[in-house]
Amino acid sequence: MFQAVTAHRPPFRAPAPYLKGMMPDLLSRIASERSEEAFRRLFETFVPRIRSYMRSRGADAAAAEDLAQETLLMVWRKAALYSAEKGTPASWIFTIARNLRIDRLRKEVPWQELGEDQEEIASDDAAPDELVSLRQRQERVRSVLAALPPDQREAVTLAFIEGLSHSEIAARLSLPLGTVKSRMRLAYGKVRAALEDLQ
Amino acid sequence: MSQPVSHHPETSKLMSFAAGSLPEPLAAAYAAHASMCAACRGELRDMELMGAALLCSAVPTSGDAAGSIPARPLSADRAAAPARHDASDRLPAPIARHYGLSFDSVRWKRLGPGIWHHRLTLSPGVQGDLRLLKIAAGRQMPLHGHGGMEVTLVLDGAYRDATGEYRRGDIQDLDDATEHSPVADPGAGCICLIASERPARFKGIISRLVQPWTGM
Repeated sequence: MFQAVTAHRPPFRAPAPYLKGMMPDLLSRIASERSEEAFRRLFETFVPRIRSYMRSRGADAAAAEDLAQETLLMVWRKAALYSAEKGTPASWIFTIARNLRIDRLRKEVPWQELGEDQEEIASDDAAPDELVSLRQRQERVRSVLAALPPDQREAVTLAFIEGLSHSEIAARLSLPLGTVKSRMRLAYGKVRAALEDLQ
Repeated sequence: MSQPVSHHPETSKLMSFAAGSLPEPLAAAYAAHASMCAACRGELRDMELMGAALLCSAVPTSGDAAGSIPARPLSADRAAAPARHDASDRLPAPIARHYGLSFDSVRWKRLGPGIWHHRLTLSPGVQGDLRLLKIAAGRQMPLHGHGGMEVTLVLDGAYRDATGEYRRGDIQDLDDATEHSPVADPGAGCICLIASERPARFKGIISRLVQPWTGM
């Protein structure tokens, strides 16, 4: 029973130091110096996570490995196109993995553009206050999610990590559709409230 | 392009869009709305932070190392830039680019009196419907319901129903429970993007529109 209760609620582990603070530096070193050492650190952090992200949407081990590596190769190739208005480095990497999963596993059009076609190329360095505010945002979101009631955390995890639609989540949990939607909204409401003074 | 939008997507569906779990036709309409709405782009960035936090908090299986960086040369990206989109075109950039269309190049097909459409193809095997719809000034659609999730995004002109007025950039979320009888703006008519997770049922709606003339 204990297993069943915790199945959808993986424990939050303190993020590795480079997830908390140094990520923007890693990305800008990849962009400006083509630093292979910086890339290796991103690679080691994200490949295992993206691999399990791909597996949770039904990719077999080999496909998940390929997609995780491809995500990181896109990070390498497109690092110069990252800028603070695209989110934090981690959320930018999430969007690359998400779009790849829609394209390759769902075989659908990833309609959300990553902005690589924007005419202006992002500058190498984000302003220091921008980096601070990005780190604050990511850290606040992380702590809000860590403190979510289990039912809300389960709903957002099924949506964001397993890629399930509202009706698929409702079927999985034997809940009315409206309950799924309200759990999602409640979770986001807390995130918004936590970010309000950083806008 | 920058007038404020007053009707936005429902929050939990926008979250689905950020999560990459919204059905394709609806994702197309939400992408089009986001291209016209800075407020929703901001919300999407915050929702993506949730995705990143959940991704980073997942504990990889023990002993699940990253493996080695593939031997493929780490070259810089030399992919061709996608087609440019004219920012003054009223067709939203994601739709214009994906389908290679501009607002004035849409080939409208008559669907019924005062109603034209242009179907947009979805990926093979995807259920649902995505199309542009043009409704003549003042034309009222018969009262109709909606199957599953459906959204309407106004691209030009406006329409009105019992819930309010929808202008360029406004999105209306419709679902099983919603019935409406929208009227196109008496001056400008209305051009909108309609996305549905189920196959469309326009035939039934249009035939009811024709009934008064055919005397049925």
